[in-house]
Amino acid sequence: MPATMLDKIWDTHVIATLPGEVSLLHVDRHLMHELTGVEALCRVAGRQLPVRNPDLTFATLDHVTSTRPLARDGDEPWSTRMIQAMRAESRAHRIPLFDVDDGRKGIVHVIGPELGLTLPGLTVVCGDSHTCTHGAFGALAWGIGSSEVAHVLATQTIRQRKPKSMRVNFRGAVREGVTAKDMILHLIGKLGTAAGTGFAIEYAGPAIRSLDMEGRMTLCNLSIELGARQGMIAPDETTFRYLEGREFAPQGAMFDRAVEAWRSLASDDTASFDHEVEIDSAAIRPTVTWGTSPEHVAEIDAVVPDPDRDCDPGGRAAWRLALAYMRLEPGQPINTIPIDRVFIGSCTNSRLSDLREAANVLQGRHIAAGRVGWVVPGSLQVKRDAEREGLDKIFTQAGFEWREPGCSMCVGANGDMVAPGQRCVSTSNRNFVGRQGPGALTHLASPAIAAASAVAGHLAAPHMLPERGL
Amino acid sequence: MIPFTVCEGPAAPLLQANIDTDMIIRIERISKLSRGELGPWAFEMWRYTESGASNPDFVLNREPFTQAPILLAGANFGCGSSREMAVWALQEIGVRCIIAPGFGDIFFSNCLQNGLLPVVVDEVKVQRLAAQAEEGRHLRVDLEEMRVSCEGLPDVPFSLAEGARQALLEGLDEIGQTLKYDAPINAFQARDRQARPWVYGAARSASC
Repeated sequence: MPATMLDKIWDTHVIATLPGEVSLLHVDRHLMHELTGVEALCRVAGRQLPVRNPDLTFATLDHVTSTRPLARDGDEPWSTRMIQAMRAESRAHRIPLFDVDDGRKGIVHVIGPELGLTLPGLTVVCGDSHTCTHGAFGALAWGIGSSEVAHVLATQTIRQRKPKSMRVNFRGAVREGVTAKDMILHLIGKLGTAAGTGFAIEYAGPAIRSLDMEGRMTLCNLSIELGARQGMIAPDETTFRYLEGREFAPQGAMFDRAVEAWRSLASDDTASFDHEVEIDSAAIRPTVTWGTSPEHVAEIDAVVPDPDRDCDPGGRAAWRLALAYMRLEPGQPINTIPIDRVFIGSCTNSRLSDLREAANVLQGRHIAAGRVGWVVPGSLQVKRDAEREGLDKIFTQAGFEWREPGCSMCVGANGDMVAPGQRCVSTSNRNFVGRQGPGALTHLASPAIAAASAVAGHLAAPHMLPERGL
Repeated sequence: MIPFTVCEGPAAPLLQANIDTDMIIRIERISKLSRGELGPWAFEMWRYTESGASNPDFVLNREPFTQAPILLAGANFGCGSSREMAVWALQEIGVRCIIAPGFGDIFFSNCLQNGLLPVVVDEVKVQRLAAQAEEGRHLRVDLEEMRVSCEGLPDVPFSLAEGARQALLEGLDEIGQTLKYDAPINAFQARDRQARPWVYGAARSASC
């Protein structure tokens, strides 16, 4: 029978079928971070249970780590204590922890792929909703809660009901200057944040195939903002080229054998999905959010929408609340909205290609007077690679701060927050009320738009900037 | 896990759609506080005014809802972050059941893991229940019978996957249950090491 990629990966991981349509699935990669990791490890230890497979469990430090230059721990005693506890617990349970000294620390969804831990066909879980990022490799990857983290630690399995399948076909090619971030924001704007609830989404079509792996990760990263726990893309030559030679990827003959197996993961041509969506890629424009949900999107050269004209009656109240929180008026051109800060980072857009995209805009330019810009690379590896190319110099000469890796201002867990009432263009994934700090106003955007906005002092796309000075 | 059979009491209407888990419990509470200390910070951005005083306009600050064991919520409740602390915070203010047209998938799982019953019913029915609840009428949620009842309204049936229902009714401990599958897990891994050796090789080169 024709099978989807979801079917194929699911079926190869079922250990037992439990009552009530629940499967007991094997977990191939359990990724951990300090914010949910310490509590779960202590919970398991408290029950006198060992970590069943420390060899399939990998940890790093990202949520509460300081991003100040040269920092190694937290900015405050409580965060440093949590980091030290994570180091101690990982050691006690023989879980590899990627840290500052070994040069491999970074955001969990950046280092997993970067180190070759994330591979096609794997089940990957982590106590973080943006684990869907790893689906870019044709893995079945999803975020879980603390109780499930403890369950995985103790059993290397997870109890799951199989999600329904949805395929989103990006037909045709995107226009020049349209990024993976624009594609996924466009999709969320079209479908809404609950459209993917209960589904695993497979992204397909020519516009997906022509994305590089980092673009695919950005796209899959926002699957959870569609409501889908998992987003995935069939592995292809782009995937295999990315993985070859990575530290934890199979090597030599074993790599060839793995690739052979990975080639059969793609959904069969005749496989049927529970739901299909068609997207005209050529219709996608550079896109930002105007409101307090990732579905509140607008093209950069559009105006702030009018709830009475542009929204269904049922949604108008929510739009009005969003406009009031964001201090915006309907009809205001998006590219005149003044901004205070720019944050380039997060598991969505902190990889080398993201930094290149922003640096390309910033070269020979400077951040507008009174604005603050931060670049927080996704990992120490990204930071080193960027420095080797001189990107750090471009950022600092443009007036940006070049910081240490971590989740930082995407979520503010470490204290990196946007001040109340400040407006931030952020390359992250959530523009919820208070997400970047109480009273913070967030506009989600691509690295190119974030960089252009920093220069303009208001929301802007690169093509809207004046020519560079010599 | 505390078993769930029946829950009866005031039901607080909080019908705004897309209430995310960041709104239920803020990041700085998760990072600095432990389980058991989260209750005072549930919905803090709505529950308190800027000066820190109780916000009289927020439903959970109004009687009879201050101790309501049931929440009536809008679509896509609990979307966003996977933070299980959102469930813990709600439990710490006494919530045992949430009735909504839909839930974020991860939040829904987290509820089941903790004995908090998520009930999915149509938006129109949630609104009808909310109208009664606003009048001070109690709701009764019966998981055995899978129905919500309220004086003055026909009973509202709901469904829940049978496995999840049994686990809630019995208060089953999933880890304890799964540990009984140790032999099948071992057998799976032994077979899988042959079929997909690259899955298991990674840690050998982990020099941490």
